[in-house]
Amino acid sequence: MTQEIIIAGFGGQGVLSMGKILAYSALMEGKEVSWMPAYGPEQRGGTANVTVIVSDQRISSPIVSTFDTAIILNQPSLDKFESKVKTGGTLIYDGYGISIPPLRKDINIYEINAMDAAADMGNPKGFNMIVLGSLLGLHPIVQIENVLKALRKTLPARHHDLIPANEEALRRGMQLIAK
Amino acid sequence: MNITTMAEQEILLMKGNEAVAHAAIRCGCDGYFGYPITPQSEILETLAAEKPWETTGMVVLQAESEVASINMLYGGGGAGKRVMTSSSSPGVALMQEGLAYMAGAEIPGLIVNVQRGGPGLGTIQPSQGDYFQATRGGGNGDYYLIVLAPSSVQEMADFVDLSFELAFKYRIPVMMLSDGVIGQVMEKVILPPFKPRRTEEEILHQCPWATTGRRGGHPINVITSLELQPEAMEKHNIHLQAKYDEIRKNEVRVEETLIEDAEYLIVAFGSAARIAQKSIDDLRAQGIRVGLLRPITLWPFPYNRIRELSASMKGILTFEINAGQMVEDVRLAVEGRTPVCHYGKMGGIVPTPDEVCQQLISNFNIK
Repeated sequence: MTQEIIIAGFGGQGVLSMGKILAYSALMEGKEVSWMPAYGPEQRGGTANVTVIVSDQRISSPIVSTFDTAIILNQPSLDKFESKVKTGGTLIYDGYGISIPPLRKDINIYEINAMDAAADMGNPKGFNMIVLGSLLGLHPIVQIENVLKALRKTLPARHHDLIPANEEALRRGMQLIAK
Repeated sequence: MNITTMAEQEILLMKGNEAVAHAAIRCGCDGYFGYPITPQSEILETLAAEKPWETTGMVVLQAESEVASINMLYGGGGAGKRVMTSSSSPGVALMQEGLAYMAGAEIPGLIVNVQRGGPGLGTIQPSQGDYFQATRGGGNGDYYLIVLAPSSVQEMADFVDLSFELAFKYRIPVMMLSDGVIGQVMEKVILPPFKPRRTEEEILHQCPWATTGRRGGHPINVITSLELQPEAMEKHNIHLQAKYDEIRKNEVRVEETLIEDAEYLIVAFGSAARIAQKSIDDLRAQGIRVGLLRPITLWPFPYNRIRELSASMKGILTFEINAGQMVEDVRLAVEGRTPVCHYGKMGGIVPTPDEVCQQLISNFNIK
């Protein structure tokens, strides 16, 4: 099985980090993985996106034409990537700041309110982990245990005290999508 | 990042640029000289973070410019050291004079070019617009570099040691011609095993031509590309050409995929070959028999292999992320035996696998 995923939003939302944690988690499971950022002059407030591919087989191209799953965190990204989701694929978007919702009928669309959930939890920085949790709630590409392992590996030791809050955010995201 | 799996060897996840830096430390590199430029700055950053001067003794220096970097390479390589620099397209343009000097003076060294869009300062996004610059040379005179085109993070790691081996075997500068895709993408990689830096005695023994300070009663060695007598310069050029012929004979490297029953051929290198790999999978699923030839060495170029294959192909599509550069070499190889066309995009725009499929189908009217 191969999952070709685009994660797109504003710079500063943790788009690239979310992709990186997903990629490391897949590595933990022994899967093939590629993480390809759009590394333009992105900055806080600008647009940022990353293509993550997770597969049981060798990955040919890190650049793909269409995606199985799009995770969309702002309007410009929705405008750009809605048409790039494969028929029958999945589009998950955060409703915050979206004025024109997605219109396609041939894909599965899920709106989450991760921004609100992060605010409710008093953990605004947990936003991207809530979004990642939503993805995993829908498509268990990797096990949450492996995400936690990946966090332990990628976060500097001084930030390991944040891992429980991240776990909580992941689980909250899984609940959001289950509703 | 240290992620271990059950396998014996540690499988890591890192960027192509990071892999180059780690591989350099591991394969006995003596010195790195470079100046930051997107999309390859992680090479210098990783080396600075790893502090190899505290472990292997490798020197890492941020030079004041690319011109300085390449001339530091001239000095280090001239002394028989395994030295490297890295940059991106406009930075490598600045190095061309130094590269011609190194080629003329027969100095080994490694230059990594993580290409971006051009010409001029261009963009920071991926491109393969420096094929001509790398294989034809922006410097003066009759010279070549060995040019290796990595197409994965694993090859970014593996080609560092290979480059040094070739550079010293033939006393020639070697270029790794990568691009923003392979530099920035994170993939699995197994780093090469550690091998120590060569000792002064080993350099003295293995590089009798090097300017090592006349220790051990050595004769005087002179490293120069200048010769005032044309007869002597002609003789030197004849020697260089004989060396290039030897390299053409021994060092051509290609990777072939699904060639056996192919009616159509895609020729692509580096990141374009990765994109084309997905295209041929998709085309095969539609029943179109297409294969992929990936030149790993861009110089020496696999003219003979492409010539052999061209006889049995209905058409050849050269796919490069530029306006059509390698296609000239493909046409030289094919000599009109079968139609050759080019597809590519410029300025930092990277084509998708679907576009390559459509181009093959429309160019050759495949029903």
